[in-house]
Amino acid sequence: MNNNTSLLPHLPVAHLLTQGTSGLGLLGSKCSQCGEMYFPATDSCTACCGSDLAPCDIGNQGRLWSWTVQAFMPKSPYNSGETEEAFQPYGVGYVQMPSGVKVESRLTTADPAELAIGMPMALCLVRYGQRVDGQPLQTFAFAPTIEIEGDL
Amino acid sequence: MEDIAIIGIGMHSFGRTDGLSGQAQGAFAVREALRDAGVKWEQVGVAYGGSQDAGNADALANHLGLTGIPFVNVANGCATGGSALASVVSAIRSGMAEIGLAVGFDKHPRGAFNPQPADWGLEDWYGETGLMLTTQFFALKTQRYLHEHGIAEESLVHVAQRAFRNGALTPHAWRRRELSFEEIAESMAVNLPLRKYMFCNPAEGGAALVLCRASQAHKYSDTPIIVRAAVMRTRHHGSFEVFSPGLAARQAPAPTVTASRAAYESAGVGPEDIDVIQLQDTDSGSELIHLAENGFCEHGEQGLLLRSGATDIAGRLPVNTDGGCLANGEPVGASGLRQVIEVCTQLRRQAGARQVPGAPRLGYTHVYGAPGVSAVTILEAP
Repeated sequence: MNNNTSLLPHLPVAHLLTQGTSGLGLLGSKCSQCGEMYFPATDSCTACCGSDLAPCDIGNQGRLWSWTVQAFMPKSPYNSGETEEAFQPYGVGYVQMPSGVKVESRLTTADPAELAIGMPMALCLVRYGQRVDGQPLQTFAFAPTIEIEGDL
Repeated sequence: MEDIAIIGIGMHSFGRTDGLSGQAQGAFAVREALRDAGVKWEQVGVAYGGSQDAGNADALANHLGLTGIPFVNVANGCATGGSALASVVSAIRSGMAEIGLAVGFDKHPRGAFNPQPADWGLEDWYGETGLMLTTQFFALKTQRYLHEHGIAEESLVHVAQRAFRNGALTPHAWRRRELSFEEIAESMAVNLPLRKYMFCNPAEGGAALVLCRASQAHKYSDTPIIVRAAVMRTRHHGSFEVFSPGLAARQAPAPTVTASRAAYESAGVGPEDIDVIQLQDTDSGSELIHLAENGFCEHGEQGLLLRSGATDIAGRLPVNTDGGCLANGEPVGASGLRQVIEVCTQLRRQAGARQVPGAPRLGYTHVYGAPGVSAVTILEAP
């Protein structure tokens, strides 16, 4: 497991990601005392009050646990650079990962007809806006998928 | 434990009052409550209060008089009013003062709240990428809840319909127009499954209570309301709370459940004994969830309950008789005390067109908010 920061120079969420054997994954942490897993990584366990946690790979596939569509443009600190007029609604959901941890994420579709609780989802990167200097702004997201490894 | 009573209630109408600061609205509410109790500000021996966006409560002393009393600022988000009330009850019970004041007020900018990640211990990316919105959280929680318990989306409409129907009967409510099923169901999608008329709006207003020992209450009031329970609780590991980039694998009951149980235990009553109810309805989905979390029905029973009219003013479980947050808006600091004032008004049988029939004896109020706090009170008629 390598921290991927150097591969993704313009990605503010690079520190949340890891390059595992099955590709890009989410970087979390696991409590060495009680085994509870967290995303994003943390140094405090809110389950057993421990403070000894080690990095772990949360994975890159899961099932949609809940979803909504963000229909209005968020106020600052949202930084997509869009105008109110040009704002494009986006999907948001929680994806349940193999460990049971649910990860909040943008979704690649904002069409309610394409979203259903329980459907398989895969991690990807999406462009969600651009900076003042024209550089694209990217973040992690989940996309509906038909392939899913193992039994989630 | 010695009983504590509410002897004065006062409000500044919720909604929008241009040109009047949040603190001035809070001071107005305090004066109304003092007048209701027949008590002078100089007689108040301890005060707790707060706002989210309108400054410190102890600055109200600049409006009311600098009498030197301990005036504690409370900052517990949506539970600010409930925390202030619980603190005043404890202070009076401890002998700290004979008469105490709980006050909440606020004045929020228009539109959705825009919290800053660092204030909540989160990193900037969470806000920058568009995940840090309260409306989004309520929608995600509602969507999951409807799915888990097989509740139809029409129940969300029924909650809002009843709120605006009750608001229309409430002279001081902000939203006083009844809305049809279609108007609500076809209103603009905000965060599906929640639509425009299923969300309350941040607003302005003030609310205050004057309290003393129940044994002394007859000196001030013909209609003292006994505080049978006033408790506040915070979240446990595994509860589904706002501003959570990740949720734990295991799920724990919400802070509402623990606050509610503690309140029933403290009062020695159960949900079946309650005659009039206030539940946090930041949105239709939250009220649905809170009906079950506070013990008024099983999870999944809400659809039938709403369709049958059980939660209407004349029903078995009258909920949010003044239209709740949906019809009154939510000035965060004041909202929990608005609930207490409405229940006091019902228990005094002074609620006019929205009065619950018969002689309601026990009332219940519940607030819930970020980052996972809940406050519950159980109140008893004189």
